[in-house]
Amino acid sequence: MKLPISWLKDFIDVSDLSVEDIARKLTLAGMEVDEIHYVGLAMPDYSKGEKHEFKTTGISWQKDKLVVAEIREVMPHPNADRLTLCDLYDGSEQHTVLTGAPNIFHLKGMGKLDKPLKVAWAKEGSTLYDGHAEGLVLTTLKRTKIRGVESYSMVCSEKELGISEEHDGIILLADDAPAGMSLVDYMGDAVLDISILPNMARNANVIGLARELSAMTGRPLKKPTIQYATSGESIEGKVSIEITNPELNPRFVLGLIRNVTIQPSPYQVQRRLRLAGVRPINNIVDATNYAMLELGEPLHAFDYDVLVERVAQIDNLRHDIKIITRNAADGEKLTTLDGNTRTLTASNVLVCDEKGSLSLAGVMGGAESEVYDASKEVLDATGVEAKAGEVTTGKASTRSVNTTNILLEGAAWNFINIRRTAKQHNLPSEASFRFSRGVHPALAEMGVRRGLQLMAEWSGGAIAPGLVDNYPLPPKEAVVDITPKEVKRLLGIELSAQKIAELLGHLEFECSIYGEIVTVKTPPHRLDIGEGVIGVADVLEEVARSYGYDRIPETRISDPLPPQVGNPIHEWEERARDILVSLGIQEVVTYRMTSPEREGRLVSFDDYTRIANPITPERTTLRRSLVASVLEIVEKNARAESLSLFEVGPIFEPRKNDVPNEPRKLAIVMTGRRLASAWDVKDSPAMDFFDLKGRIELLLAGLRYIDVSYVPTDSVSYLHPGKAAEVKVNGQVIGVFGELHPLVKEKYEVGDKPVLVADFDLDALRAASPAYGIVPVAEFPPVFEDIAVIVDESVPAARVEALIKQTGGKGVSAVSLFDVYRDEKIGTGKKSLAYNLTYQAADKTLTDAEAAAIRNKIVKRLEQELGAKLRG
Amino acid sequence: MQDKLNAIEKAALESLESVKDQAALDAWRVAHVGRSSPLMQVFAELGKLSKEERPVVGQAANKVKVALEAALAERTEAVKAAALAKALEEEQLDVTLPGRTVNVGHLHPSTQQLRRVLAILADMGFQVYTSREVETDEMNFQMLNFPPHHPAREMQDSFYVEAGERGDNPILMRTHTSPGQIRAMREYAATNPSDPPAIRIALPGMCFRYEQVTTRSEMQFNQVEGLVVGKGITFADLKGTIADFAQRMFGQGARTRFRASYFPFTEPSAEVDAECFVCGGKGCQVCKNSGWLEILGCGMVHPVVLQNGGYDPTIYSGFAWGMGPERQLMLRYKINDIRYFWGNDVRFLSQF
Ligand SMILES: [Zn+2]
Repeated sequence: MKLPISWLKDFIDVSDLSVEDIARKLTLAGMEVDEIHYVGLAMPDYSKGEKHEFKTTGISWQKDKLVVAEIREVMPHPNADRLTLCDLYDGSEQHTVLTGAPNIFHLKGMGKLDKPLKVAWAKEGSTLYDGHAEGLVLTTLKRTKIRGVESYSMVCSEKELGISEEHDGIILLADDAPAGMSLVDYMGDAVLDISILPNMARNANVIGLARELSAMTGRPLKKPTIQYATSGESIEGKVSIEITNPELNPRFVLGLIRNVTIQPSPYQVQRRLRLAGVRPINNIVDATNYAMLELGEPLHAFDYDVLVERVAQIDNLRHDIKIITRNAADGEKLTTLDGNTRTLTASNVLVCDEKGSLSLAGVMGGAESEVYDASKEVLDATGVEAKAGEVTTGKASTRSVNTTNILLEGAAWNFINIRRTAKQHNLPSEASFRFSRGVHPALAEMGVRRGLQLMAEWSGGAIAPGLVDNYPLPPKEAVVDITPKEVKRLLGIELSAQKIAELLGHLEFECSIYGEIVTVKTPPHRLDIGEGVIGVADVLEEVARSYGYDRIPETRISDPLPPQVGNPIHEWEERARDILVSLGIQEVVTYRMTSPEREGRLVSFDDYTRIANPITPERTTLRRSLVASVLEIVEKNARAESLSLFEVGPIFEPRKNDVPNEPRKLAIVMTGRRLASAWDVKDSPAMDFFDLKGRIELLLAGLRYIDVSYVPTDSVSYLHPGKAAEVKVNGQVIGVFGELHPLVKEKYEVGDKPVLVADFDLDALRAASPAYGIVPVAEFPPVFEDIAVIVDESVPAARVEALIKQTGGKGVSAVSLFDVYRDEKIGTGKKSLAYNLTYQAADKTLTDAEAAAIRNKIVKRLEQELGAKLRG
Repeated sequence: MQDKLNAIEKAALESLESVKDQAALDAWRVAHVGRSSPLMQVFAELGKLSKEERPVVGQAANKVKVALEAALAERTEAVKAAALAKALEEEQLDVTLPGRTVNVGHLHPSTQQLRRVLAILADMGFQVYTSREVETDEMNFQMLNFPPHHPAREMQDSFYVEAGERGDNPILMRTHTSPGQIRAMREYAATNPSDPPAIRIALPGMCFRYEQVTTRSEMQFNQVEGLVVGKGITFADLKGTIADFAQRMFGQGARTRFRASYFPFTEPSAEVDAECFVCGGKGCQVCKNSGWLEILGCGMVHPVVLQNGGYDPTIYSGFAWGMGPERQLMLRYKINDIRYFWGNDVRFLSQF
């Protein structure tokens, strides 16, 4: 909603407040000002250290340089046909001003004008926008000679003053504009661009905002008095209204104005509409828009004569019009004003006459009927704006082009229905914006009356007495009881019943006090107050806003601390993240949405959780493989010399007609050099299976799992069958890891180094019990010894180590493999495994002889069970 | 004899002056105080002297010996010092060469920010509550007072999930962590339905909105909400709690202001601005010249939401607030492209 300050001032006296003050008050009360656009009024001088509070754009008009003046005569330029010289009077002196404005060109050489033209005049040295430049470029007016005639001032277009983009002609002000008056005093303005929250639809209009400001400042709201003279025959009996579905159309009001002269609206009306973001069309369309912006009720104007003609086509004896509102038939077609033919559904509501549909209720006018032919550009106010140049080009049927009789509609519609319809047909408009957020039916009548009043004022028409008003379903009057105790309980402030009533009174709630109970009646412009406990909350919010959020104190919660249950899953995952990071692995966080094609490079599944409305064909399903997501990140970072990445998060396993399962996973991917190249590190080897395995061992040890085993597996399709293992913790498989299968690796652009991946099921891992207790630190010195045994190639190292540990029992406190060696001397099909053994006893210092005894036992066991040979 | 001794001493001291290293020192020692040195010859030949001369010459020779030994010690020190000085000079490193690095992993910046927020909240007694990312319309919207087709839903465009015909209860990607409010309240209330316990929790997690990915908007983002439910919770408590939180989050002295706002699941609702920490409120690019930064949305839990969670709104009240860790990071680190977060370029990630 764009609010020109000058319009606001029609309804509240804010002359002592700065534009920024007004913007701040509205912002704090929930009507957030996104931008202040100055169109003349003085901007804060930030260069003098004045504080910025809002995004600010626009121009200030120099008080002494830009003034109202009058052109008394338009004379030809001696050397240029397209230019004119104006005899201009600025309230005290005569000037000759040169202009090329086409909108006064026809007055050239017509001598002294009967009625001087009032214009915006810029003196030498004025700062203005350059009318001929692309966009907004500030320029200073300098004395110059144009085709031999001296020029030092000019008459301004809207573009030059920053009012609009319009530069086709100069501004022609109202006849009563006082020559000599500073322009900023005459029409300096600023426009607040305000975000309207869904529950504040009532404030998407000038009066609504003035009312809020009135509540916040305690100033009176100057409500408009809508009074007008009527003449001619009453509307009653000439028009009737049939509402078939009051739930969707609770009220429908019609008024009639005769003999309007269609012409441009007064300049100040056009200026306000432009500033409010609505293009002026003519006095009739402008009146509907003006009333809507002012009061919040969208209006719709019909050509009365066309409707009469349509009735006559049915029965040439009849002149009475019947307006019918009804649901569309499924599949019914309507061509809307924008020329699109729309297929309707039964939930859409149509405004019709007996001949057929006239408009899509509350959303957009129709184009199919003769009403359109006669008056499409001229008369439709609820639809998209018509083009300015086509104002009078409508095909006249039973009326003269520039004079007509207007039937004016103001109605109330179900906001949810309008919202669905506007969305369904993708038809956002000023009308549907308001109707889809809720417009109180009480405004229908007020809107029609205001519209008629403005039309009469601007078009010279005669308003017919009476209105036709069908109001089958007035909204339930919301009445809420609240007490100072509730205010204290929920807001934490002490307010008396009187004070509560006073605060709400500022917002036009009608309050009556019975002891400690304030009975609050909702004013007839808002639909956002509910009943019961909801109504209490709704009203409390208004109490708080009216009181001022800033005045409510800051207190600490006095309620006792609730039960402390923690979040063991979250805490455990955070611990895992910490360990992974300490192992030099970088965390990544990826999109949950992917596609079967993306994941398919690694692995495919039978079924996916599919997005019904994907925003891009790249992301159509929820991920099923965390490894695939991390691999994509590796690919994106493929230029890095070395990458170790992990992600912890959910994958999504679809379930029929239900939300998917969201098991938690850990994926690790490593590739590249073990050490980053540096001035003293050259050609560090590529990471392999064991770099990843080492990290997995450390991770599991850090999470205090001791019973960990690694089992070769060739059943993971994307892993190298000879370089893959299952990880078992306490005997349960909790994940797999290994080197990416060469054929899978080919599908990724990840360089030539092996890619190591791990996929862990965190839910399974978390379910495994960690070890209890620690290994005591030995008190007695150990004995170290190395032994090397030659075994068959087929004997896994883990088997040798297990036998050493088993045989050594408590006497061997540590076993670590330090070399694997193969050559001809050992024999083909054989390998040598060399171990560091640490002999240790808990209760004494071992002698060499005791250590040797253990060693012999171990060697014997290895010889017996594995055919191992001790290497010399 | 005294002349001879003087000559010995003089020659020895003169020769010592040219001694520059340990080898020369050793040679000098042999030559001048060694067994076969002229001085030692004097001692050896003492016996040949008369009884009267012997002590005189002996004493004089001894004096020379002491003097030469002292000179030797002094010279030894000097040679050592010179050698050390030379060695130190030769061992000079180019300290501008880069240090030796190790492989370092970092937590994703979002994780780090979530932890900062959750740590502050933990100090304030808020426990972490997590819940699922794919939700039903009922949990994501209806229970939170967004009726079907309500205009408020326009504030949160959703990704829907294909799941057969489910009428007004489709399945969608959660648009906020707030369905966790309902889940948490119901869990707590189930422990004692007649007198549900108070709640103070933080709800972190990934949320999703149907939005084109641009520098300023993302289709997925983290959120953290705080939720308090109890028997005496007021709007003033909300203001106090937010003020406390802001002091920890943005620094002592951080000023905040409450603006009236609208969320379907809270009432009264507010948006909270903190004074811009970049410009101190004077106005700058970061705060778009307003001097304020929008940091969170909050409000008193709507009675309908309390009811849906199993808490009687005539007895219980509560408040909730929500904020975006990625937005906080963007402000904190001057990140002007939100796509960095899920882009996961290691050149970005390694800066945190
Ligand atoms: Zn700033």
